[in-house]
Amino acid sequence: MINGIAWGSIYALIALGYTMVYGVLRLINFAHGDVYMVGAFAGFYAVKWLGLAQEPTIFGAVAVFLLSMGCCGILGFVIERGAYKPLRKAPRLTALITAIGVSLFLENAGQLIFGADPKFFPQIIAKKDVISSGGIILTNQQVIVLGVSLLLMVSLQLFVLKTKTGKAMRAVSFNREAASLMGISVDRIISITFVLGSALAAAAAILVALTNPKIEPLMGIMPGIKAFVAAVLGGIGNIPGAMLGGMIMGIAEVMVVGYLSSTYRDAIAFAILILILLFKPSGLLGGFTGEKA
Amino acid sequence: MQFKKIIFIILVLGFLLLVNYYVPRRMNPYLFQILILIGINIILAVSLNLINGFTGQFSIGHAGFMAIGGYTSAFFTFYFGRNLVPSLTSILLFPWLAKSVIFVSALILGGTLAALAGLIVGIPSLRLKGDYLAIATLGFGEIIRVLILNIDAVGGARGFADIPGYTNLFWVLFFMLVTVVVIRNLINSTHGRAFLSVREDEVAAEAMGINTTYYKVYAFVIGAFFAGIAGGLFGHYLMYLHTNSFTFMRSIEIIIMVVLGGMGSITGSILAAIIFTILPEFLRVVKDYRMVMYSLILIILMLTRPQGIFGLKEFSLLTIRNIFVRKEQVAK
Repeated sequence: MINGIAWGSIYALIALGYTMVYGVLRLINFAHGDVYMVGAFAGFYAVKWLGLAQEPTIFGAVAVFLLSMGCCGILGFVIERGAYKPLRKAPRLTALITAIGVSLFLENAGQLIFGADPKFFPQIIAKKDVISSGGIILTNQQVIVLGVSLLLMVSLQLFVLKTKTGKAMRAVSFNREAASLMGISVDRIISITFVLGSALAAAAAILVALTNPKIEPLMGIMPGIKAFVAAVLGGIGNIPGAMLGGMIMGIAEVMVVGYLSSTYRDAIAFAILILILLFKPSGLLGGFTGEKA
Repeated sequence: MQFKKIIFIILVLGFLLLVNYYVPRRMNPYLFQILILIGINIILAVSLNLINGFTGQFSIGHAGFMAIGGYTSAFFTFYFGRNLVPSLTSILLFPWLAKSVIFVSALILGGTLAALAGLIVGIPSLRLKGDYLAIATLGFGEIIRVLILNIDAVGGARGFADIPGYTNLFWVLFFMLVTVVVIRNLINSTHGRAFLSVREDEVAAEAMGINTTYYKVYAFVIGAFFAGIAGGLFGHYLMYLHTNSFTFMRSIEIIIMVVLGGMGSITGSILAAIIFTILPEFLRVVKDYRMVMYSLILIILMLTRPQGIFGLKEFSLLTIRNIFVRKEQVAK
């Protein structure tokens, strides 16, 4: 259960990136899962560069987080400017295929640069059991995963609801033309959205690497899709919805692995998805959105 | 007219048999395999174009239909077909004829089951539109894959080995032609105009009295049927099936062919299927950079020519003739 919540909060972090991008651009950013992968590798090299593998410190761990989030933020910006901006006015399907192209590019470039073999992410925070009573074992890593992801989600929510940029972001996702008439620089807002989403993906990647230390260039595909499912589940374009969806996904998966069979782990995500789409297509927390295809 | 048509069909079949006899003997096996894969990819791309391009329903589950068709027909030939060969031979006299009968019925069985799955997937498409439909079909494709992975009779995670290798160039080209002709004729019929109207404007189509739901499901069923046949050809060519060949990346490859060829252009799909089967092979020269180049080419193509190579246009011998005829008329 706790494991499920931990996975769920990670899915939620990745799902936030999808949701925000979909909100402002109406684009399924297939490359998001691969940004997450790059985040894990950026963290890996940051640990090496800072020499943290030998003597883990709290400050070092924070530095790794920030470095990796920074790298991915820049990557997100580059992807947006290079691949999606020229297609702002093109049909949505074109942008979607381009997103797939970017995703393939990141995966293969990753295999070329980082090597196709899995690497082991060094333990930057030593594993300890914090609470172990009544059959419940809570490790400090799980606490960190939960704490950091909650912190990030709350601060994102505050950012979107309270700051001027957040307000502009909401305006753009509501109606892009009207927002630009109100003097909001739409391009800047979209770039900011990409940077934020990518940084969150990087944070999620480091959190995953804490508990599952195996990282490889193709690791982003499955979490990417599942996080997207989580975003749809909660109502796409909706930030609390993405968090809820992520939690449900994580818990459901761990339950299935526990009670049924681990081979069905990937199917459950899609089964939930189809049920949700059939009965409440706008997602659990989504309002009514009449979409004209 | 009917008589002419029959002669034409016999001539085409004769030509295919001739090709089937000579090409494998003259060509090196590597090129031959590429040729077979091109044929299979053309079937996939053209059938997906019916769903995505002509009817405007965005489906990312084509690999799922392909998997159903492939596994069903392989199951049939593996468990029943082999035992049937001797008894059928005694009726039909020739072993090759018996094998062909079994193979074709296996393919049609696979196609039918895939079409049934298309019906099941098509029904939710009544409710879902755009991105949601895309994600639902993606989900169906993955669920199918995971279910197959858990069926032990078809090998499960080990893969389904020892499938009889019935696929040859004749059958690939034959089914490729059937697919193209059927879908082309469908598009040019009354039904075809209904498909197009669903794509262009659903509300208007409904107002004109077209049962849009019926046509959407119709497109899914036909598309899935041919995808199933392509899956069967694929399985009986490699003589081995594994669920890893039917991940959503496979569906995306097919979508790439359809989009780059031009949504709503059969000739575009065919051309793109050829290009995107050959391109990765050509890029083998640059070794490790192969897939990087492939994805870069994809992005650049999308940025520079978003409507696809052919757009909505078709290309055929008739167009060339039309151009000439028009010129003559102008000259007069």
